[in-house]
Amino acid sequence: MKLNQLTIKEAGEGLRAKKFSSLEITEAVFNQIDNVENKINAFVTITKEEALINAKEADIRLAKNDDLPLLGIPIAIKDNFCTIGVRTTASSKLLDNFIPQYDATVVKRLKESGMVLLGKTNLDAWAHGSSTETSDYGSSKNPWNIDYLPGGSSGGSAACIAADEAIGAIGSETAGSIRQPASWCGVVGLKPTYGRVSRYGVIAMASSLDSPGPITKTVEDSALLFDVISGHDVHDATSSPIPPISIANDIKKSIDPITIGISDDYFDGVDDEVKKIVENAIFQFEKLGAKIKKISLFAPKYAIAVYTILQRSEVSSNLARYDGIRYGNDRSFFEEEARRRIILGTYTLSAGYYDQYYNKALKVRTVIIENFNEAFKEVDIILSPTSPSTALPLGSTKNHPMFGEIADMLVEPSSIAGLPGISIPCGFSSIGLPIGMQLIGPQFSEALIVRAAYLFEQSTEWHKVKPNI
Amino acid sequence: MSKIDISRIAKLANIPLDDENKNKLEEQLLETIYYIESLQEINTDGKEPTNQVTGLKNIFREDIISKSFSQEEALRNSSCTEKGMFKVKAILSSD
Repeated sequence: MKLNQLTIKEAGEGLRAKKFSSLEITEAVFNQIDNVENKINAFVTITKEEALINAKEADIRLAKNDDLPLLGIPIAIKDNFCTIGVRTTASSKLLDNFIPQYDATVVKRLKESGMVLLGKTNLDAWAHGSSTETSDYGSSKNPWNIDYLPGGSSGGSAACIAADEAIGAIGSETAGSIRQPASWCGVVGLKPTYGRVSRYGVIAMASSLDSPGPITKTVEDSALLFDVISGHDVHDATSSPIPPISIANDIKKSIDPITIGISDDYFDGVDDEVKKIVENAIFQFEKLGAKIKKISLFAPKYAIAVYTILQRSEVSSNLARYDGIRYGNDRSFFEEEARRRIILGTYTLSAGYYDQYYNKALKVRTVIIENFNEAFKEVDIILSPTSPSTALPLGSTKNHPMFGEIADMLVEPSSIAGLPGISIPCGFSSIGLPIGMQLIGPQFSEALIVRAAYLFEQSTEWHKVKPNI
Repeated sequence: MSKIDISRIAKLANIPLDDENKNKLEEQLLETIYYIESLQEINTDGKEPTNQVTGLKNIFREDIISKSFSQEEALRNSSCTEKGMFKVKAILSSD
């Protein structure tokens, strides 16, 4: 196995056992970037020089048996997280020359845990989309077939993990932006409970929904990164004061037989191939001792409406700050997708329409939350496909203003309710594109969904298959 | 459904738009509004709006001054500064 193919867990163990150095892993990763990045375009900015220096520093600390969880491990970060001294664009030319004076809390915690920052990954501009096609720096490509989209908005993070251009990565999700690209790229994406991971220093999209989280090669890696980035932050007023528990430590503990809820509405309109593969995964869970129970959930098609209103409204408010005065270029640099969202959000918040749209959506959000609360009285977790389809061909978003919302309809209800979810690989389509399923749990149930995901993953081989790039 | 006054909305949002873009946006917005109208089918009588899901309210902290950016750092990303300040266009005119 090549060093760039290591998981975070394997890299950490190997580094501590002095089997290889951080410099060797980091060089292997850059070697892979040199080989495939012209095809994949996962990164907006690569910080090779600094990374190699940091890797050498990490090796000195490793020699002294310094024991930080991510010491010497190369990580890629989505380009909507502020990184001190490293250009942060949110994949928009409006921020082409923006160099943050501070680190996002997530980045600060990763640095304090010893990571080697590789660079900043591509996304849909301002995280507006589910394809990376709205990026002002060109679309990323799906490593399983470069004629296909990686999904988004954290498409660069998912693609670089699938292509072994990083050991671990960070993404952010408003509704789907971690889980959907993870599903399309055949990797693991963990969207934490809203408020569990600080939003400070993340370029805001929809503030009542934004949740940073890991995109990784394995379930255990997602738990390792989650443990580093989660927890209260005074700089984010919606960050939860409930102390987080380490989920990586308990991941292998056996779990009591769980009851998994399945809702027919989450299979409605889903590709037959995806449906079949996810149904196989349900049988697999049954074999592992889980009980399966049919439940009734709020139909995802209505969640699209709620999400579209909340997100566009909050986008129009958040993007009002980009005036080109203190940083960045002026508002003429917003491209089509951002303009569309700002205009719709301004409309839904404007006098005469606030009650009809925004306030109504907030009330339906209450209905969705109550519906999930009822469901979790009957079942421990909910299982469904992550996306209604496998990756779509490049160009699919053209002239399709609701592309993202349809691609993300199965993850939107849980995002609106602030619930955690994890997408894990569970098979491939007939043309070799990955298929993912998601496990959703109650608020702050990351430990449970991750243990269930780990149980499934360890009984299958899907996560071990690599793309030929 | 009533037409959207794109020019008014664009002015509110401070987004420069040419006529071609206005027409295209109007068409696409109507498509999006078609989707969001389905919300009116859901009964929300007696439901309170949920602004955010954490249940937290009134987050206070001590008003302690901590280290922040220097003036130089704060101005570093601006393309238009003068005498250590951000320079902006006048918003009041004499006519």
